[in-house]
Formats: sequence, structure tokens, C-alpha cells
Amino acid sequence: MAYALEIQGLTKTYGDGFQALKGIDLKVAKGDFFALLGPNGAGKSTTLGVVSSLVNKSAGQVRVFGHDLDTELSAAKLNLGVVPQEFNFNQFEKVLDIVTTQAGYYGIPLKQALISAEKYLKQLGLWDKRNTPSRTLSGGMKRRLMIARALVHEPRLLILDEPTAGVDIELRRSMWTFLQEMNRNGTTIILTTHYLEEAEALCRNIAIIDHGQILRNTSKRELLQQLSVETFVLDLAGGHQQLPQLDGYVRRFDKDGALEVDVQKGSGLNQVFVQLQQQGIEVDSMRTKANRLEELFVRMVEANADNSDNDPKAQL
Amino acid sequence: MTPHALWTAFYTILSREIRRFTRIWAQTLLPPAVTMTLYFVIFGNLIGSRIGQMGGFDYMQFIVPGLIMMAVITSSYANVVSSFFSMKFQHNIEELLVSPVPNWVILTGYVCGGMARGLGIGVIVTLVSLAFTHLEFHNILMVVITVILTSALFALGGFINAMLATKFDDISIVPTFILTPLTYLGGVFYSIDLLPDFWRGVSMINPILYMVNGFRYGILGVSDVNPFVSLGMILLFIVVLAAVALNLLRRGKGIRN
Repeated sequence: MAYALEIQGLTKTYGDGFQALKGIDLKVAKGDFFALLGPNGAGKSTTLGVVSSLVNKSAGQVRVFGHDLDTELSAAKLNLGVVPQEFNFNQFEKVLDIVTTQAGYYGIPLKQALISAEKYLKQLGLWDKRNTPSRTLSGGMKRRLMIARALVHEPRLLILDEPTAGVDIELRRSMWTFLQEMNRNGTTIILTTHYLEEAEALCRNIAIIDHGQILRNTSKRELLQQLSVETFVLDLAGGHQQLPQLDGYVRRFDKDGALEVDVQKGSGLNQVFVQLQQQGIEVDSMRTKANRLEELFVRMVEANADNSDNDPKAQL
Repeated sequence: MTPHALWTAFYTILSREIRRFTRIWAQTLLPPAVTMTLYFVIFGNLIGSRIGQMGGFDYMQFIVPGLIMMAVITSSYANVVSSFFSMKFQHNIEELLVSPVPNWVILTGYVCGGMARGLGIGVIVTLVSLAFTHLEFHNILMVVITVILTSALFALGGFINAMLATKFDDISIVPTFILTPLTYLGGVFYSIDLLPDFWRGVSMINPILYMVNGFRYGILGVSDVNPFVSLGMILLFIVVLAAVALNLLRRGKGIRN
């Protein structure tokens, strides 16, 4: 199988002795939409920093579309687009200049760079702002500018480090649509995010990293199947002060007065409704409690923290 | 990257640098012209008229080459050190680091950017000096080579300073405490023949002395040192500083984690 990114035995030890990465192995298939998840300080940004040449590795191998960073750095970089976590463009330059200058660094002549810049600035809703100094853009626009800049040389692998941090929900959804379209057109995408609903909505495969080690690297589907209990939220008609009797189910009221019921996977909801009906309680509406991936993520990271002296993979 | 792609990357860096210093011309191009005008008026006209001749020329004619060189040195250095350190400070150096531009192209682009400002200032100051004195070029080739190599050397110095700097204070220490004293003591305002033997010997280890005198030879035909030794010294320093700068880039000193 051909991989967009292969990481083998990657370690990073900082000058003060702190080991940020402890021998990471990771493979991301071509065309994948991949999430790298982990708590703050887990090693996500360090991993992506090494891949994008912003961090010097201590040991290990990294290949981008088969090009080794140690021996074919230039070829590897040509395939890579990077959207960092922090705004890192010149705040005094105009939007169009920022994008075309980046294209120039990739050896793309200005005429061609202008065509590519126009395409992505239009797609990301920034074309009208092309002659605006970047410092005057809103936070959401700045994020989109960094995406346009990363795409101007048409990379086959796009790395996004917290791309929607601080972005309102409407803009976040439009960025999701854009990224999904990019992925459908063949661009492999790797993202880190703190919004686990984002990873659940977008990604096919997920790796969870903590304390510089990969705890899990699998498909989202397989990961979610590990959840043995799912929580449903029921809005009861008329309002109730007392918890209904539900034999065999753990239940409670949430802060808004809705009834939360934990249901074992595979056991179904029929018995919940039967018992509520027997007590004369009507249900106005029902939804699953967001979000399934978040629940699993918290469980894994907590397990790893509790057993940090042992092999983390054994705790899952 | 293909040769054409490398050229595009180099040209992108250079044009960005030129765009930067011309956009803020009131901070970059105007001050040296004003400062040098003051030097010409005060040292050249008012004081110079009482000094008489130096090295067989009017004092004004004698100091013009040194003052042009002083402006070139300061501007070449300042352009690269401030531009590259600002890129580090704002983290937009990462735009270059993630791209496939080789280190030598990055270095060449910044150095040529510094040279563009330094040489531009050199032309401006020369034009200003023509309002105060008459200049005849003794050896135009020597003038051109010396000024180009000197601006390249100090642009390299500015680049290394920016790589090593961790805060804004660090980029003003070298110009204030090293560059300015060396320039003033590099024979801009006097011939080292006026100095006692000991201080003349000390002056000979000041690299700026060679640059000022090489340039002065090109314009006036007089020099305290052999002009070809001057060129040799400048070339030697360029090779050493370029090697240091490339090594710092390779290690990612101050720019990679």
C-alpha cells in the first residue's frame, strides 16, 4: 500500500532532556482524512513540526509520499502543505502578496502563482480582501488565508494544526465542507483538533497520542465500536421533578432537566420507551449525547495517565 | 528544484526584501541621506575648511569615500538583521522553512536584498556629496568591486546577527558597540599616517580600514593600504561569514526547534 506519510521510530528530545516523542510509528494512506488527537503537550504539534521541517528530530525516519526527509527533503516538501496553529504570516503584507510569495518559494512563477492564488482565495471567500493588509483581517479570515497559502503550490498532503481554533460554528462548518471537497479531489489531509466532533465528522482514521506515544491508530469506525455504553437524552413532556423508574438502566437529569439514559450497546431502546409508557410519561424528542468520540478519547487519556508507568497500549 | 524554480525562489526573496525597504523608505532610505548631508556640512565644510588638506586632497574630498562606505556598511547590515529577525520574531520564517528553498538560496536572497539597500544608499549619498564637492573616479572598476563586496560582507554579518539574536536588543548591540566604533576608527575621517606607530598597527587589524581605503583608492587614487590586499581581505571575510551563515542555517540555529 502506498502511503502519504510514513513515520518510523520518531523520537524528539529537547535540550533540557524532555522527551516529547518516544519512538512514534505512524502511517497515513494516500487519500486519507486522518486525525491526530491528544491532550495539550501530548506531542501532536511536535510530530507535525518534524514532518514539516520546523522541528529537528532526534531519531527516526519520516517519508512523505516515499520521499525521505533525510535524503530527499526538497521532493518531500514539494508534496506538503502546512497550516500551523499560530498565525505566522507577515502582518504588514497584503493578502495576495502573502499567497503569491509562498508560491514563489516553491519555484512557481508569478503569473502562475496569481492564477492559483485567485482560485484558492475565491474558494475561501478572501478574493475581495486580496489587497487588504493581513493584520486587518478577522480571526476566521486569517485562518482561511493560511489554508490558501498552504494550498497555492497544490500539495498532495495537507497538514492542518488546529485549523478551526477560535472560529465560529458557521465558518467552521464551511471550512469542513471545503476540506472534505479537497479530500474528495485527492488531497490527503491530516489534522489535529481539540474539537472531537470535528474529527468524528471529517476523518476516516484516527491516531490518539499522549505523552509522546501513539495509544491507538485505527479507523474511526473501529474506535467508536469500542464504546460499550451510549447515552441518550430524552426531553420529557410536561416536565418531571422525580426520576422515572427504569429497571436495568442508569439514568439522571441533566442541567436542563432532560432525562439522560445510559444504554448498553446492542440492548436497544424499546424497553426504555415501554417502561416510560407504563408510567404515563411521554417523550417529546430524543438525541444522542454529543459526543461519542470525546467520551472515548477522555477514557483513553485518563487510562494512560493512571497507568503512565506501564505500557499504555495495555490499558485500552 | 529545477534551476528555473531556484531562480524564481531567489527572485521572490529578493523582490520581497526590496518591496519591504522601499515601502518604509522614510525609515530606510531617507535617514542616511540626511545624516550624511550633516556630515558633509559640519565635517566637510565648516571644520574641513580649517583642517586643510589630507592625503593630498581637500578634507571634504578625502572624507567622501569613507562616508559613502559608512552608509553602505550600515544599511546593508541593518537591512538584513532587521528583516530576518522580524521574520523570526513574527514566525513567518516558517513560510520559508516549510518550502523546498535550499539554504544557500535563502542566504543569497537575503544578502542580495541587503546589498540592494546598501548600494541604493551608496548611490544616494554619492549624489548628495556631489552638491558639496567634485568627484573624479580614479579607478571605477575598483570602486564598483569594493562597494559590492563590502555590502555583501556586511549583509552576511547582519544575517548571522539575526540568526543568533533572541531579542530585539541583540540586533542593536553589534551595530552600536562593534560596527560603529570600527567604522569611525577605520580611517573614514583621517589617514592612519597621522597615528603613532602603535595605533597604526592596531588600526591594521580593523577590517573596515581595508574597505574604506580600497574604496578611497578607487575614487581618489590614494590609500593607506594596498588596494589589492583590501580586496583579498574582503573576499576572505565573505568566505568565512558565508560558511558560518550556512552552517547556522543547516543546524537551524534559532529558527528550528
